[in-house]
Amino acid sequence: MEDFLVIDHVSKTFGAQRVVDDVALTVAEGESFSLLGPSGCGKTTLLRMIAGFEQPDRGRILVGGRDITSLPPEQRPVNTVFQNYALFPHLSVWENIAFGLRMSRRPREEIRSGVERMLELVRLSEHARKRPAQLSGGQRQRVAIARALVNRPQVLLLDEPLAALDLKLRQHMLMELNTIHEQVGTTFIYVTHDQGEAMSLSDRIAVMNAGKVEQVDSPENLYETPRSSFVASFIGDANFFTGVVVELQHEGYVRVLVEGLGSPLVLRNGAISSNLTLRLMVWPEKISLTLTRPSSGERVNAFRGVVEDMAYFGSHTRYRIRAGEHSILAQLQRSRFSGGEIDPARGAEVWMSFHPDEGRVVRLEAAA
Amino acid sequence: MSIENRPARQWLLSLPSLTWLAMFFVIPAILVIITAFRSADLQGGVGPGWTLATLREVQDPAYLPILWRTVWLSGVTTVVCLALALPVAFQMASAGQRMQQLLLLLVVIPFLSNFLIRIFAWKSLLHPEGPLTKLLIGLHLIPENAVLLNHVGTVLLVLVYTQLPFAILPLYAAAEKFDFGLLDAARDLGAGPWRAFFKIFVPGVSRGIISAAVMVFVCCLGQYVIPQMVGGTSDEMLGSKIAQRVFSDRNLPHASALAGGLMLAVLVPMVVIVLWQQFGRKEAE
Repeated sequence: MEDFLVIDHVSKTFGAQRVVDDVALTVAEGESFSLLGPSGCGKTTLLRMIAGFEQPDRGRILVGGRDITSLPPEQRPVNTVFQNYALFPHLSVWENIAFGLRMSRRPREEIRSGVERMLELVRLSEHARKRPAQLSGGQRQRVAIARALVNRPQVLLLDEPLAALDLKLRQHMLMELNTIHEQVGTTFIYVTHDQGEAMSLSDRIAVMNAGKVEQVDSPENLYETPRSSFVASFIGDANFFTGVVVELQHEGYVRVLVEGLGSPLVLRNGAISSNLTLRLMVWPEKISLTLTRPSSGERVNAFRGVVEDMAYFGSHTRYRIRAGEHSILAQLQRSRFSGGEIDPARGAEVWMSFHPDEGRVVRLEAAA
Repeated sequence: MSIENRPARQWLLSLPSLTWLAMFFVIPAILVIITAFRSADLQGGVGPGWTLATLREVQDPAYLPILWRTVWLSGVTTVVCLALALPVAFQMASAGQRMQQLLLLLVVIPFLSNFLIRIFAWKSLLHPEGPLTKLLIGLHLIPENAVLLNHVGTVLLVLVYTQLPFAILPLYAAAEKFDFGLLDAARDLGAGPWRAFFKIFVPGVSRGIISAAVMVFVCCLGQYVIPQMVGGTSDEMLGSKIAQRVFSDRNLPHASALAGGLMLAVLVPMVVIVLWQQFGRKEAE
């Protein structure tokens, strides 16, 4: 059950570049899973290897216990929703969806009922006779999904499914993809460079960097406990500080001296000893801004700074605050003005504070 | 400027080419048809008055086998050229940028030498004393007394040879615009490489196929040098007859009637196809 799709230590080299480097992943049946990373991280190559368009140099790929590594794409129990949809321009919507069933020579009645069922699922029944060129971007994408799902694949691969849509449609399709996934229950593998997309589409996310998997976790865990600064910076606009452990406290906290800022108290995770150099991370929305030093005891980390820049986003406002050499991003929700928080102007002197539980140790570095 | 001006300006831009076409194609074509209704004079020119006699002469049943041979030779040449050019265009378009340029150059290179010289080269290549015949006899692939030249098959071979670039070039132009990602999609949906090629690539370059087919077929219909040089006495095409009427019989009206008839035979089906496509497209919208 847990090991429905298995990527068993797969590597792929193009020329001198190792594009996918010893990647090992398992995906459960019915799970929706994302491969997230910047362009060139190897996620698309990994997807193409699952689909059968590329052969791994080393490693195996298994679906439902069956080794499919050496099968050509047409024989794999896997279908793909391509980034540009790759709909056949000379065929109608109906014939596009029927293509896979025709290729496997299913009886006519089964083709008809399969296509009708899919048209209903993606709500395109009234467009069945149109050509792809006559459809909108969102409709084309739904055809691409229907064309892949009609074959009842064991795994559905979706390559940047929302990249070609505009913002409003993207948010709509996000919800729709989740609904479709719920209805068909197929294992979905997304490839995306958009962390927001990955977070709202998937049960688990594999963050990839330079051909390797940095971390595989649920969206919540990736956000709350990113294992590396790469993961944290890719997931959001994290604030990073490099510091040295100066004090180990009981209850799992450590005090870290950050040059030019102070010595915040943060949650320790993993084995940490004194004098170790490490990296801290705080999300912008975890930082509060006040005019005076917050008085809620020593458990609060508070630092002085000057507002350098600000940007209004409607639902929230972002501030860039300078404290010595550090430039720190803070984000205030517009609805939280009552809690003693403020609306500082550019150049104003403010106090930034965050609770020790919100500070994360993201990467341990060997002491110099 | 305004949108209403655009069609007018487009007409203005294509005026030179339209003038050229009218001067050197449409008017001569009409002259050819007119000549068919004049009487022939003994000096090889056109005599006074009008007559329908030529039209009756042209209906000579002796022309039927020649017409039939012309049509089937052109048809088979077209089919063979398309069958050879499709995979070539596919490979060319899917090759790398530099390779594409090299292959394109190789396709065009034969045009750098004279058409007649190339036909003559075939003639000496296939000659009973030529290298190919000797080699094939040496390998016991053909009987000792076999003659490769002066065959209807030889005509077909050389027709295919001369027309192949005219099939490759429009097909390559269409294939270059083809989205090869569609073949991945077809494979993904369960089509093997061959089915993906025939179900997706071939319809994808259908416009190129039509251009190539028309190009090759029409060029073949008018051929007379090839049957004359590498074909036998019984391998004449309609073009040979037209040439004979002009050069040997010096009967311009008769030649004009044949040429005009051939021209209409090609033009009318093409106009019908274009109209039908136009109509079909409106229907689909």
